[in-house]
Amino acid sequence: MSEYLIKNGHVFDPVQGIKGDKKDIAVKDDKIVDKVSSSAKVIDAKGKTIMAGALEIHAHVAGPKVNAGRWYRPEDKHFDSHKTPGITRIEGGKSIPTVFKTGYEYARMGYTFAMEAAMPPLYARHVHEEIHDTPIIDEAALPVLGNNWFIMEYLKNREVENTAAYIAWLMRQTKGYGIKVVNPGGTEAWAWGLNCLTIHDPVPYFDITPAEIMTGLMEVNEYLGLPHSMHVHQNNLGNPGNFEVTLDTLKLAEGVKPKNNFGRTQVMHSTHLQFHSYGGTNWGDFHSKAKEVMEYVNKQKNITIDTGNVTLDETTTMTADGPFEHHLHGLNHLKWFNVDVELETAAGVVPYIYDPNIKVCAIQWCIGLELALYAKDPMRCFITTDHPNAGPFFRYPRVVSWLMSKKTRDQRLNTFKNADKVINATTLAEIDREITLYELAQMTRAGPAQALGLIKDYGGLKPGMNADIAIYNINPDKFPSDGAEIEKAYGNVAYLFKDGKICVQDGKIVDMGNKHTFWVDVKVKENKQVMHDIREKFLRYYSVNENNYPVPESYAPHQHIIALDATQA
Amino acid sequence: MNTVTLTVKKVPDLYLECENVNPDAFAGKTAEQIAQLKAFQGKEITPLGEYFTITGQAGATAADTKVVVNGDCSKMKYLGAKMTAGEMVVNSDADMYTGSWMSGGKLLVKGSVHSFCALAMKGGEFTIEGNAGNYLGAAYRGDWRGMSGGVLRVKGNAGSDVASFMIGGEMIIEGNVDIHLGTHMEGGKIILKGNANRRVGGQLVKGEIYVFGKINVMMPGYKPVRDVDLEVDGTKAKFTEYIGDLGERHPKRKGEIVYGKLYMKK
Repeated sequence: MSEYLIKNGHVFDPVQGIKGDKKDIAVKDDKIVDKVSSSAKVIDAKGKTIMAGALEIHAHVAGPKVNAGRWYRPEDKHFDSHKTPGITRIEGGKSIPTVFKTGYEYARMGYTFAMEAAMPPLYARHVHEEIHDTPIIDEAALPVLGNNWFIMEYLKNREVENTAAYIAWLMRQTKGYGIKVVNPGGTEAWAWGLNCLTIHDPVPYFDITPAEIMTGLMEVNEYLGLPHSMHVHQNNLGNPGNFEVTLDTLKLAEGVKPKNNFGRTQVMHSTHLQFHSYGGTNWGDFHSKAKEVMEYVNKQKNITIDTGNVTLDETTTMTADGPFEHHLHGLNHLKWFNVDVELETAAGVVPYIYDPNIKVCAIQWCIGLELALYAKDPMRCFITTDHPNAGPFFRYPRVVSWLMSKKTRDQRLNTFKNADKVINATTLAEIDREITLYELAQMTRAGPAQALGLIKDYGGLKPGMNADIAIYNINPDKFPSDGAEIEKAYGNVAYLFKDGKICVQDGKIVDMGNKHTFWVDVKVKENKQVMHDIREKFLRYYSVNENNYPVPESYAPHQHIIALDATQA
Repeated sequence: MNTVTLTVKKVPDLYLECENVNPDAFAGKTAEQIAQLKAFQGKEITPLGEYFTITGQAGATAADTKVVVNGDCSKMKYLGAKMTAGEMVVNSDADMYTGSWMSGGKLLVKGSVHSFCALAMKGGEFTIEGNAGNYLGAAYRGDWRGMSGGVLRVKGNAGSDVASFMIGGEMIIEGNVDIHLGTHMEGGKIILKGNANRRVGGQLVKGEIYVFGKINVMMPGYKPVRDVDLEVDGTKAKFTEYIGDLGERHPKRKGEIVYGKLYMKK
């Protein structure tokens, strides 16, 4: 039994509505409690900021495409492959760090949970092997379902119950957490040399549209009552003028009601919106449509978004949007990796340099910040870099410094090579808002926890919740005016408690914690039709045997299973 | 300019990673301080003083510092790597990564060097009096940014995959090279005084290669366009100009396609 009492800190907890008041936090074993005995170890957090452990809602941190990035980019880790003193292992890699570095870096920033945003079901074993080897942080993975043959066939005939039974089966086989959609229909269309650049472009052969896939999957998600909503990477990513497609997609959520027991209020999570808020007809007249997109997001209460902030680094893009990566390779001529995942999806990987001297990159940087700064409800707008697509996740402290200090971001904005053109193409210069610590806690803790259906136990500091606690060297009474200071403090926690254990102290890893893999096990009515279809597809099309498809228990030995019963749905 | 002299007193069992042996790391330090700088051997870190006798004193800046290394350096990697200014002379053979990522100053190796030397070199002058191994002036494994600036001269021969992904600067090889010279090249100039084996300029997008000797087997993607009189590295001669690699993408400038050039001495 261990007990801690964290005294005198400034607490920011949206779950209890605490906005920087001094409040003691008591920890007993792995939970936050009302009080502890007098023998509890006291931690003085005077002049420091206390928040719950942060939750990453969308990052590519484990699995085959991340690993493809690692092995085809040895240059990404050449200069940092030496061991440093302490209990940590070698921390290799920048944009595609090793699993060890991934765990350490998240922990040092105060994160305790990360969602692997795209798990190809066929390669789920690989995803879980890497998740298991990532220290400290809890993780979960979203299976990619937007181009899945079963789902397109069922939804074409509006068979919601069969789709739900198939997804429940698949989540159990892959130990998945929810429904991820990447360029719905478009990735499959690419196998025919085409793409779906609007939500009404038909998918060849399957004769279904992206709009029908997404509407169907939202219905299935609520039928099953999953903790998370449908999580979508929209069509037409990264192209000038795509904001209209973005608004069309978001409008699909109108009238859909969330049905779940997890406190989740959205029916659609639209990810890395920065890549989807572009105006113009080409790269010459490319400009921001962040304001228009956020005006819609602000009034449509049943959607959540994350930003996808560009960090202006050299990085490695990777997505299950196969056609997009091919397109990107055509633009920058850098090495292209592609893998077709049979009946399920197709991923690509291409290195990319967000060069501050290039106008388009600077505008993208502005758009990501605008999205967060236009958000009226920070409980529905989360900060991400779509790691590693818009930049590596360990740049969050820098992104936060841009969001929290107008001076810092204006300094960056005004020193771009094409500053005038960038300012004209965006509205960032006009925005005075600075994100507060309380809003930051909403955008990185309570907000994502609620959207993921984890708010009962995670993302807050209420007694009874899990003892995941980050303590920062930030004094709200003397808030640093310098961006570099914010960046340093947010990147190196004074303490990180994970499940009541101190894992990071003064920015140094001191314990590997007890990480868990979260997944959702939904019980549905027996469905002979679907089981027959699965058997048939494995016999006819899959390269593996049905019995070799599931992720065995040994691949995820420390599971946190969220069990659901949808037999009455 | 102040001089620091290092003399090898112990040859490492494995290989010593001398990332701290260059004018930049030494600048502003005394011999005692330099002896305390670290070097990896395998996974172990040891002070430089364990392998070298160090005399003299560095200048205040890299530009004011000359480093002389004596003794057998054939098991020393990264000598002069990442140097930005000053001078360095290695009176020996040297191992991999010598002069890699250097961006300024002068580096002279009196012996031969192993592979991966002058990788992604950005500037300065690097002279190798002996031979060089493979991947000279190329990009690091996986990278697409090879040598981009400076002058690199090899008085002897060089191995295969020399100047892969070269994007700028000038490389002169007075002897012969093996296969794959200037693969994926996208800028810069290579002067080869001797002969090349096969596949010169494969997938070359832009840049110039001058060959004084013979190419064993010519790439099929090169087309002769004319004869020209040129002065190349002090030699006046007639060359046949080829354009290529015709199988690769090429940028356009003012509506004209910009090809890579290969000049063969007649």
